[in-house]
Amino acid sequence: MAAAAAGLNSWRVGPDERGFFGQFGGRFVAETLMPLILDLEAAYESSRNDPVFQAEHAALRATYVGRPSPLTFAPRLTEHLGGAKIYLKREELNHTGSHKINNCLGQILLALRMGKTRIIAETGAGQHGVATATVCARFGLPCIIYMGATDIERQKPNVFRMRLLGAEVRPVTSGAGTLKDAMNEALRDWVANVDSTYYLIGTVAGPHPYPAMVRDFQSVIGEEVRTQILEAEGRLPDALVACVGGGSNAIGLFHPFLDDPDVEIVGVEAGGHGLEGDEHCASLTKGRPGVLHGNRTYLLQDSDGQILEGHSISAGLDYPGVGPEHSYLHASGRVRYVPITDGETVEAFQLLSRLEGILPALETAHAIAQVTKMAPAMSPDQIIVVNLSGRGDKDVFTMGRILGFDL
Amino acid sequence: MTNPSRIDARFAALAAEGRPGLVTFITAGDPDLATSAEILAALPAAGADVIELGMPFTDPMADGPAIQASSLRALNHGMTLAKTLELVRGFRAKDSATPLILMGYYNPIFSFGCERFLEAAAAAGVDGLIVVDLPPEADDELCVPAKAHGISFIRLATPTTDERRLPSVLANTAGFVYYVSIAGITGTAAPDVASVGRAVARIKAHTDLPVAVGFGVKSPEQAAAIGGTADAVVVGSAIVQALTDSLDADLRPTAATLGAVTDLVSRLAAGVRRARAA
Repeated sequence: MAAAAAGLNSWRVGPDERGFFGQFGGRFVAETLMPLILDLEAAYESSRNDPVFQAEHAALRATYVGRPSPLTFAPRLTEHLGGAKIYLKREELNHTGSHKINNCLGQILLALRMGKTRIIAETGAGQHGVATATVCARFGLPCIIYMGATDIERQKPNVFRMRLLGAEVRPVTSGAGTLKDAMNEALRDWVANVDSTYYLIGTVAGPHPYPAMVRDFQSVIGEEVRTQILEAEGRLPDALVACVGGGSNAIGLFHPFLDDPDVEIVGVEAGGHGLEGDEHCASLTKGRPGVLHGNRTYLLQDSDGQILEGHSISAGLDYPGVGPEHSYLHASGRVRYVPITDGETVEAFQLLSRLEGILPALETAHAIAQVTKMAPAMSPDQIIVVNLSGRGDKDVFTMGRILGFDL
Repeated sequence: MTNPSRIDARFAALAAEGRPGLVTFITAGDPDLATSAEILAALPAAGADVIELGMPFTDPMADGPAIQASSLRALNHGMTLAKTLELVRGFRAKDSATPLILMGYYNPIFSFGCERFLEAAAAAGVDGLIVVDLPPEADDELCVPAKAHGISFIRLATPTTDERRLPSVLANTAGFVYYVSIAGITGTAAPDVASVGRAVARIKAHTDLPVAVGFGVKSPEQAAAIGGTADAVVVGSAIVQALTDSLDADLRPTAATLGAVTDLVSRLAAGVRRARAA
């Protein structure tokens, strides 16, 4: 087993005390932010060991988010593909419609504990922005969301939701106006407002402790799947599949299974228009290690270390980097990362909608497309669990445009 | 070969003159390589005591709009890290006295290869490095190896750097300490002179290194006020903005570009020269 070869007893022990997963991760930030990040790490560590914090978190998960989310057998998709039994982990049934609320709930409790009075966040597709705006409304904190101008245009329903929830959405016009640029602006805001402000990062990226903290908050997904699949099938799944932008829903599903060697784990990157040119966001498959947004990880970059914009049909995957733990799992071979193109995604979106009565988010449809490739080659007594990370309501306008339907 | 004491020699000379120094920032390759070389060569005569040369990066998270736009102009004209080092080499062939410091973000250096970069930078005549996203916790990446090449790694101290943290920030710092006078991005709020004075005194209680103060200094008057306590005043965004304002609609240099930069630098230099005259 590669874990043993790496000198570890477990895939789940990272990060080390400096925030590294192997060579990935760390804390590459301006000095202004370092004291804040060290404070955050201390606050997170103490909250993990505080039964009062844990009890409040658990109660809100049950009564506000609606956890546990169901694990649903997908009979018609299973029959259609003619192979492995397919189960869907229904994170799209959470309050606000995606897995993002799991992390936002944990971090808002931490921000309150730290006495912060102002929340900022960045968002790509808007799911994290909506989830952040939601918890800010719930706890009465002002909320500012940085969002690329391009993404604001293609995710209008979510922009409106954030405004209804009382958040201020600030358009970012630098670069291509997508998630990378929104993250730069959020970091600039944080540097200028360090005393009052909590930066609620939406994925398993950024400086340590964010990758580990967000992973821990999202690991509830995989922990529930473990219990649910044992109850339904009496054994662990043969394969797990999830889409990877920054990678928070994926690591949440994967992490509790990393030390189960018989569970094949597959992360699905945005293949965009294909991997031949630069019109994709497959940072693990086609990028190389670099340093951006506070961590060392695989990045889409040119030969001079300048960051490329990338492209995906789905705003949530449109990021030239990926969480450092995914980089580690990729480099060590524990998890297999594969690209799915925009075209395959659109087909999978329609397939799941028609066969199971569930509209998946375009991000999630990448994972469904990968399942359509894997399941037919597997036997009917095998099991795949795919993370249904978000619902497709926000994407109906994009799908309408693609399919020539005038909304 | 680089002279490891070029920065020290310059600050010693400034101390002997009894005035603070002027550190000026421009971005390498902005608006294009040839104009940038011309501006660089003209800075010492205009009054720059130390030159900070920006290595352009697509995602300069700690910089404001002026410097971000200058990076993108340079990149759009094909600027690379290798060309930045060529620019330094060309400058150094004609000026062996003015300390030159490269400032930027880590990824282009990491991509180039740290050891290869340090060798090339030393050979080109680089005296110091400021890498914004490498805190002391990452000293083993570039700061400690830079020392072995005779390149000073200049660390930023900020209003959030408390007494507990300051010693680790100063530990491997050489040349001078760069005090960031505001918690924020470059070129935004103006620093408060009294609090800057207190911060400089606090840092000087921990180190014998000179302290340069920057972020938000725009005018000769501010430079004179800050220079009352600081060993040097750093001006970046205002110079970059003066350059920007001189460009034509297509962001090409005009006949006014060189003068726009050197005029402002001359006025700032006059400011630091009268800092302790009164």
